[in-house]
Amino acid sequence: MSAGDILELSASAAAAAVDSGELSARELFETYRVRAAADRDAGIEGLNCFTWVADEVPAEAPPAPLHGVPIAIKDLFCVEGVPSQAGSRILEGYRPPYTASSVSRLREAGACLLAKTNQDEFAMGSSNENSAFGPVLNPWDRARVPGGSSGGSAAAVAAGLAPWALGTDTGGSIRQPAALCGIVGMKPTYGTVSRYGMIAFASSLDQAGPLTRDVSDAALMLRHMSGRDACDATSLHSASVEPPSARRLDGLRLGVPEELAGEGIEAGVLECCRSTLSLAEGLGADVAEVRLPHAPHALAAYYVLAPAEASSNLARFDGVRYGLRAEADDLLAMYTRTRHDGFGPEVKRRIMLGTYALSSGYYEAYYGRAQRVRTKIAEDFAAAFQSVDYIVSPTSPTVAFKLGERTSDPLSMYLSDYCTVPMSLAGIPAISIPCGLSDGLPVGLQLAGPALSDSRLLDAAHALEQAIEFDPRAARV
Amino acid sequence: MSENADAGAKGASDGAVPAAWEPVIGLEIHVQLATATKMFCGCELSFGERPNTHTCAVCLGLPGSLPVANARAVHFGLMIGLALGSELAPRSIFHRKNYFYPDLPKGYQISQYEEPLCRGGRLGDVRIHRVHLEEDAAKLIHVGASGRIHGSDASVVDFNRGGTPLAEIVTEPDLRSPEQCSEWLKLLRTTLRQLGVSDVNMEEGSLRCDANVSVRPAGARELGTKAELKNMNSFRYLERGIRAEIARQVEVLQRGGEVVQETLHYDPASDRLTSLRSKEEAHDYRYFPEPDLIPVAIDERMLARARAELPELPAARAERFQRQLGLSRESAQLLAFRAELGDYLEAALAAGAEPEPPPQALANWVSGELAGRLDEGADPASSRVTAAALAALVGLVSAKRVSVGAARQVLDKLVTEGGEDPAAIIEREGLAALDGGEELAAVVAAALDANADAAERVRAGNEKAIGPIIGTVMRETKGRADGGEVRRLVREQLGI
Amino acid sequence: MIERSEVLAVARLARLELSEEELEPMARELSTVLDHIATIRQLDLTGVAPTSHVVDVTGALRPDEPRPCLPREVALAQAPAVSADGFLVPSPQA
Repeated sequence: MSAGDILELSASAAAAAVDSGELSARELFETYRVRAAADRDAGIEGLNCFTWVADEVPAEAPPAPLHGVPIAIKDLFCVEGVPSQAGSRILEGYRPPYTASSVSRLREAGACLLAKTNQDEFAMGSSNENSAFGPVLNPWDRARVPGGSSGGSAAAVAAGLAPWALGTDTGGSIRQPAALCGIVGMKPTYGTVSRYGMIAFASSLDQAGPLTRDVSDAALMLRHMSGRDACDATSLHSASVEPPSARRLDGLRLGVPEELAGEGIEAGVLECCRSTLSLAEGLGADVAEVRLPHAPHALAAYYVLAPAEASSNLARFDGVRYGLRAEADDLLAMYTRTRHDGFGPEVKRRIMLGTYALSSGYYEAYYGRAQRVRTKIAEDFAAAFQSVDYIVSPTSPTVAFKLGERTSDPLSMYLSDYCTVPMSLAGIPAISIPCGLSDGLPVGLQLAGPALSDSRLLDAAHALEQAIEFDPRAARV
Repeated sequence: MSENADAGAKGASDGAVPAAWEPVIGLEIHVQLATATKMFCGCELSFGERPNTHTCAVCLGLPGSLPVANARAVHFGLMIGLALGSELAPRSIFHRKNYFYPDLPKGYQISQYEEPLCRGGRLGDVRIHRVHLEEDAAKLIHVGASGRIHGSDASVVDFNRGGTPLAEIVTEPDLRSPEQCSEWLKLLRTTLRQLGVSDVNMEEGSLRCDANVSVRPAGARELGTKAELKNMNSFRYLERGIRAEIARQVEVLQRGGEVVQETLHYDPASDRLTSLRSKEEAHDYRYFPEPDLIPVAIDERMLARARAELPELPAARAERFQRQLGLSRESAQLLAFRAELGDYLEAALAAGAEPEPPPQALANWVSGELAGRLDEGADPASSRVTAAALAALVGLVSAKRVSVGAARQVLDKLVTEGGEDPAAIIEREGLAALDGGEELAAVVAAALDANADAAERVRAGNEKAIGPIIGTVMRETKGRADGGEVRRLVREQLGI
Repeated sequence: MIERSEVLAVARLARLELSEEELEPMARELSTVLDHIATIRQLDLTGVAPTSHVVDVTGALRPDEPRPCLPREVALAQAPAVSADGFLVPSPQA
């Protein structure tokens, strides 16, 4: 099989090719390894997708369902002995002594670690411009951002530098870069994939998920990493994810919330989503309007809750047990300088915001209220799912924006998560699939379902995907 | 004018509290739970092992690690709650208490805050405010000649202790004196020991006690400003620390000053209280619900298991001793609150001695004669005196087959030599009671002759004069005679 | 606009050094975001319970069974400063 042929294969197809003997796992891995290493070596002259690339082909492993298919994983997943620094300077040189449960499960299923991907520092960002390793570039247009925070994962999959990648989503960090890079990205129901070994941003929101070329690959990856983990008290016993097969949407009701499909959404994005909804009707779906009255407040609640949890989660980076330390004579100076030197501006901003929101006198006004808004948002979804099966919206209000365009205005950056944050707060599954181009740049459509509907959500996304026939090839490098 | 403790902190440890003032004290007790593993990870608890050998990703706070609560720690918490008569929360939650310190690896301590496992309850005369679960901090070892915090420039952190499960028991401010605090803490210690939930050793730090101390004018209802006392790691230091703080506050108030709310550190070496006012800002712990843990839900099965493992507790046992054995309240408490004495008494009662010893007499012999002959706090069960032997001895005393004095000699022998059969010792040593027979009558007659003056005075109605006569009889019989019988014979022979 | 002194107090709580040049932009950016967040203050949320967890899991307790610890040298391997026994830090009250 030629390198070109290999790169055409989805992860599922590659696994099947290895299984049937058409392709050796070694050849498959080496093809991607060479490409990934080249991108790493090119740095900012390439796409800057990776923070680490395997330097050799892994040893022959016993047969397993994923047959040695290489996988790229976001830097924040701990892998024993492999640099894992969540895109932050404060973890410079850190090599964890243990491996994240999700990564262990994928390895046990036969996946091989190809590379660690670049990301916004501690998953805080929507453009991948907040990384100690420098920005990631969008393979569709190198002057634009890939989205974030799983920007390296999304760009690598879109560019054909990895067959698939593992990312995390806190407020949209899988879905939004997937949309901006023209690939599939899914945030499963909160608790579906163990968080053990994922360097935390906001614990009650963080969730690992797949970034893949197609919906079948997303289902395959999820199948092999989901399930209860004794090391994560918040992980769920979830039903096994079945390979999606639907081609029709007969009898299914798709709800379009006006709150996520009007003001603030680019016309080209709306247009793409509308034509996809027409396709859905052609597949037998009923499209209806639903209301999510509190969705417009989701972003505000999110930017209280997530930074609050982050301010606490990031307190452990104190220069004592690992990572960077700024030398100082007294303890207070050691702490403050270490954290000053180690954290980037966006992380500092969120630590400040979260510390403020939790501090004495402000807790109820900010944190307490945000938790109540969260309740209302979950209730909105529950009510909507009484009348529709899925909720459909644009994934991102805009297509990929230019590098540097939003860095000077945090709020405009935060608005990138406007359509994805409500589902995160509700803990429900949501998937972004590419649904067309606007000005030559990909547009993502987001489908969300009730908690634990992951498997059938993938099935519906699969049917739509077949009808859309998105052509991803313009992004390949 | 307000004053803090640094201004002449030397406690007037000896002074009694002037009657015009009433101390009000509440205790906060941290108990290390005797689980096999830590509160939130599978590391085995450490007992003096080499530093940093009992750690893992979780208790080192490595990035990405997550806590999972120890089921047995929750179980122990429930047993404590049941023992104290607390209300058990069907759902309790963990919070994060955020602050930076090198002994706190995550930058927060996981503790229960708004919804503790247990609320309310009572032990003895003291009401319980709450009981909650949390994790212990690591140990900070201060490097430098003094070994103390001040004056050393570097510290070493040992995470072996970090994450050890703790139950924090908080009382209402129901205590009124240092002695009462120390007595009550002993009762709590016995209770926890009986429960088997902790080693409860103050010196080793598995039982730690802080005290909130305030003073108010006698009869006042409003509480005075309190100071929090830390580091009193023995019952003696607890009493001394509280006494010193009461004296200090009374002195401040009597001069018309004001007590400042602060945290004080007791230094037993100097008997001084030092303010722990740090250079840091006022604490703002930014508590919020721990998102990595789900609420602890208590179901019927967990409750049933905790109830099933509940032993009889000291207060209940004392009550039973009074009711079932007819012991005096004081005696019942003495034996119940020192569980080993109570256990010994029950073993002695169960020995089936013949003649049968009355429970109260046996109780007195256990807590008085026997305990008095052993090291303070020693368990009589590990002495040479078996419960059966003591029961047999007290049975003989009660049947007047041996006098109290002779029985004491027998007990001395048992303590040093052991042995199952006090009757054999009595026989061997010739200590059997002289009953009302001719032998004793002859000794009494001789004693009356030898104390003729005294005999006259007794006859004339001076009862006190009988003492020397009885003394002579006892001397002559080496204590084998029964005092009452001797008195009877004296009066008989004097014709009164 | 959030006060300069307040920014400094929060930075101290968070153990973050902020240089003189960082202070003003931080205050401005925080203010912008806080203004946006303030929109949730207008909502009537009386009687609404706060949500801390979206998952409905119970019984996620761990059996009290020992698991292997990290070897001491592994535990200490990543630390910026160690002594023979442990993690070395500037003394808290030096």
